[in-house]
Order: sequence, then structure tokens, then C-alpha cells
Amino acid sequence: MKILVTFKSVPDPYESAAPGGSPATAKSVINPFDEIAIEEALRIRERGEATEIVGLTIGPAAVEEQVRAAIAMGLDRAIRIDDSRALDPYAIARILRAVVAKEAPEVVLMGKQAVDDDSNQVGQMLAGLLGWPQATFISKIEFLQNQTRARCTRETDAGLEIIEIPFPAIVTTDLRLNEPRYVSLPGLMKARKKPIEVQSCDDLGLKVEPRTKVVATERPPKRSAGVRVETVEELVAKLKEEARVI
Amino acid sequence: MVAKTLILIEHDRREVKRPSLHAVTAARQMGDDFALLVLGHGMERIAQSLVSLGAAAVLVADDPVLADPLADRYAAAVAKAFQKIGATTLLATSSTFSKDILPRAAALLDAPMLTDVLKITKSNGASTYRRPINAGSMLATVELTGELRVLTIRASAFEAPPSDVAACPIEQLEIGSLPDGARFISREERTSDRPDLTEARVVIGGGRPLKDKETFDRLVGGLADALGGAIGATRAAVDTGLAPNDYQIGQTGKVIAPDLYIALGISGAIQHLAGIKDSRIIVAINKDPDAPIFHMATYGLVGDLHQIVPQLIELLSQG
Repeated sequence: MKILVTFKSVPDPYESAAPGGSPATAKSVINPFDEIAIEEALRIRERGEATEIVGLTIGPAAVEEQVRAAIAMGLDRAIRIDDSRALDPYAIARILRAVVAKEAPEVVLMGKQAVDDDSNQVGQMLAGLLGWPQATFISKIEFLQNQTRARCTRETDAGLEIIEIPFPAIVTTDLRLNEPRYVSLPGLMKARKKPIEVQSCDDLGLKVEPRTKVVATERPPKRSAGVRVETVEELVAKLKEEARVI
Repeated sequence: MVAKTLILIEHDRREVKRPSLHAVTAARQMGDDFALLVLGHGMERIAQSLVSLGAAAVLVADDPVLADPLADRYAAAVAKAFQKIGATTLLATSSTFSKDILPRAAALLDAPMLTDVLKITKSNGASTYRRPINAGSMLATVELTGELRVLTIRASAFEAPPSDVAACPIEQLEIGSLPDGARFISREERTSDRPDLTEARVVIGGGRPLKDKETFDRLVGGLADALGGAIGATRAAVDTGLAPNDYQIGQTGKVIAPDLYIALGISGAIQHLAGIKDSRIIVAINKDPDAPIFHMATYGLVGDLHQIVPQLIELLSQG
């Protein structure tokens, strides 16, 4: 059983949200949802249900810091597709499809969305391109029948849903699947010595152009702070007479 | 039947999810004719409820294999319907249902997709799209290339459509064979007398300081019932088991825009604020006077929620 786990480097969501912070200046980290996907792959291997975990990312050499962190968590191998363009989810899904064709994993695990562009598309698109079944937004996964299928619990707007999917399949992770492990400093040092396989779209025989283009970004209008009230009575009076919402 | 835009409608097998209809308003703004698509089994009543929204037709694929919304077969059915009517835009309201299915359909159609569109602007024949990124801390303006487009729209950014237009026909759709890889096993959904979180006029949100489930239910639930509102929660409250996952509001949960949102013991992490900032009135009750939520609250009350909320419930119950 081979698992391919994909991850993206994103601006640290906590740093970019801090006062004075912004996505442009925050340090890069592994997308938190992808970190959960890596953790789940490791746990599946630790249970003896997977033999190899291959990590895959797309980006310029600068993302190797996050590739090292992923290796330090416990990847067996790591691949970086060298591409510094602003790709969109569909372009990424087409690149991933080419790598999947080469690596032939039984399961692709990935975060349900990247916290920078919040698209929540790549896993579903990859599943569509491959014609594989998908289980998205999962909070639990259990392998069945000699690792030929999985039972997944999905988090939906209405509650939880349980589905079964035969392998090969695409699985995308939600927040409550697990709590990713911390990487030790010695582990990180050791990961520096491991090779990262670097390939390009040309190597994969791919011509992929993004079809969505961000032409401008701006901060949304800020909600201004209102007033402090001192008592419950004052609050109720404001809601009734000023805001007229109750 | 031909139509430029196909709208995938969401339902819970009993009735249409009302936010799902807000996609009709987006289609009307774009100015193209549109058809509504309903997938499921036993859909007569649901299809009938959609005929007066101004669509060219309500397309229905009614089949036992579509009884539960499995993405592989649903996306294939959506793509077939899209091609059959010669559509160029596939549209739905953002939800876990549409986010599961539409990207997959986009790949089948070889079309680019945008999630959570807030605004569509057309000038000189070209469209640009506004959508939130980085948990809503930034807004991106995006352009698409090519003939086809797949969009999910935020229900809070588009009004509910008028539903008094002359009735359109209902057409049965032959969808042929569909993938049958995934299998539906079961669902766990609570039935509640309270309004739906994304549709409620009043929402009460609870954070981790609620301590335990009993306290959460008594204070958040009690205040919600006093005001006829719905219940929401922060990620931390859900993670610690105070509330079920479908209560989560924020970047990865639900986005709400009620008239009144009351945040109890919520400090205001950006991921949570991303889901509430379109609320008309925000009330924050928190014992930390420096909590970030006070920067965006219409009314702030600093104090211990365990004392304040029971008083508030009592005062409201007196009328």
C-alpha cells in the first residue's frame, strides 16, 4: 500500500492575522490541513496498513523549508515539482494527475483546502480527472478488507456522513481528523540530509496554464468597534430601541 | 431545452435548502437564461417547489442511484446535464454539498472554477469576480479565461430570489449510466426545532469558556431559545466536544449573516470572524476587555458570561 500525500506552502495563518501582519510578510508553513493529511498517512503506516508514504509539493526552491519539515515528520520520499507560477486549483490538479500516473499510489491524501486561497477544489478535481472515488472533509478513516477500501466519516453542513470508497481513491482531510505531531530539532537536522526529487512540468510532459488570474487584492472594509455597555439592562435596551433587532 | 447557466439545487430529501436558491439571483445578475437541476430520488414535490423562480426549466434526474449525494455519480450527472443543455456556466451556492460535487464536475467539463464568489462585475463583455481569500482578511478580484466557468456563490452576498414568476416546465433528465465507486453507509444528523444556522435571523455563538456541554446547552441554547435563534460555535468549542461539528462558524465552517449575532466567550480568532463579519449587529460578551472581538462588536459587554447570560435570559423572558 502506497500513499501519496500532497502539501502546499502557505503564509502562516496566525502570523498573517496578527496585528500589523499580512499574508505577504508572514513566514511560510505547511498548509495546516495538509499537515493533518501527512499525520494521517504516518498513522496508517504505523498501524502497518501502508508501506510507503511519498510527499508531493509544487513550488519554487523556497518551499524546500516546508518539504524538509514534512520529511522530518516521517515521509519516505519527497517530490517537488519546480514551478514558481501562480497556479490555480485546476492547473495543480492536472500536475498532480501526471505525478499520480507515474507513482501509482492506492490512496492520495490531501488537505481539504489551502488556508491562503481557500478554494477547496484540488482533491475533487484530481478525483474527477482520474475517475477515482473521493471522500472529502473527513474526520475519520478506517481501512477495510485487506486495505482495498476505506470507510470514511465526512463532516457536512448537516452533521456527519459515513461513506465507503474502493481504492484507488482520493481523500481530503478536515480539522478534527487528528492532531499533527511536533517535529524535533534533531529530526529536522536529519531531514536536511535526505534528497528531494525535483521535477518540472516539462519532465512530466505537461503543458499547464492557469485559467484563473488574480488581478487585484485589497483589504475588506473594516467593521468599526461600537460601544461598550455596562449592564444587561443597557444591552437589552440598545438591542430593542437602537438596533431594533429584538 | 437550452440554457446558458445550470444551477445545481441542494435539498435534504424533504425540501430545498433555501440558501441554495440565492444562486438564482447570481444567475439573474449575469443576465443569461438558466435551468435548475435537481438530483435525487422521489423528487416530485421538491421539483414542483422550484417552478416559479424564473428558470427556463427545472431539470430532474430522479433515480434510486441518486438517493444520496455521492460525489462521483452526482458530478457525472451534473456534467451530463450541463452538456445536454449547452450551458457555459455551472453555478451553486457554497456548502459542503456543492464544494464536494462542483470541483469534480469542473474537472469533467475541463472548466476553471471559483469558490465563494461575493460579486460578479461585467464590463465590456468581460467578467471579474470578487472572492475572499486568507480567511476573508483579503478580497481578491479574479478573471477567468475560456468559454466555460464553474462558480459557487456565498448565500450571504446574494439576496433570496423572487418566487412569483410564471411557472416553468419540469423536464425529466435521462442520465444513463453513472460511476458507482463510492457507497453511502449512513448519516448522523440531529433534528432540531431551532432555525437553520445559515438561515436564522438571530444566532448565538459559544466559545470554549462555556466549559462543558451542559453549560453550553443551558447558556447558549437558553439564550437562543429566548430569542428564537440558532446556535453556532467556535472551532475550539467543537474540538473540545462542547458542540457538534455542524455548529462551527468560520473559515472552514459556516458563514452566517444574521440580523443579530451574540458571541458568548468568543475572543475573536480571525478564522471565526471570517464567518460572522457580515452580521448586521454583533454583540460580544467576554470577560477579557482586550479580546479582539470587541473591535468589531456593535455592542460589547465585559464580564462573566456565567452571571450575565442567565440574567439576560431572564430579562428577555419577561418580554
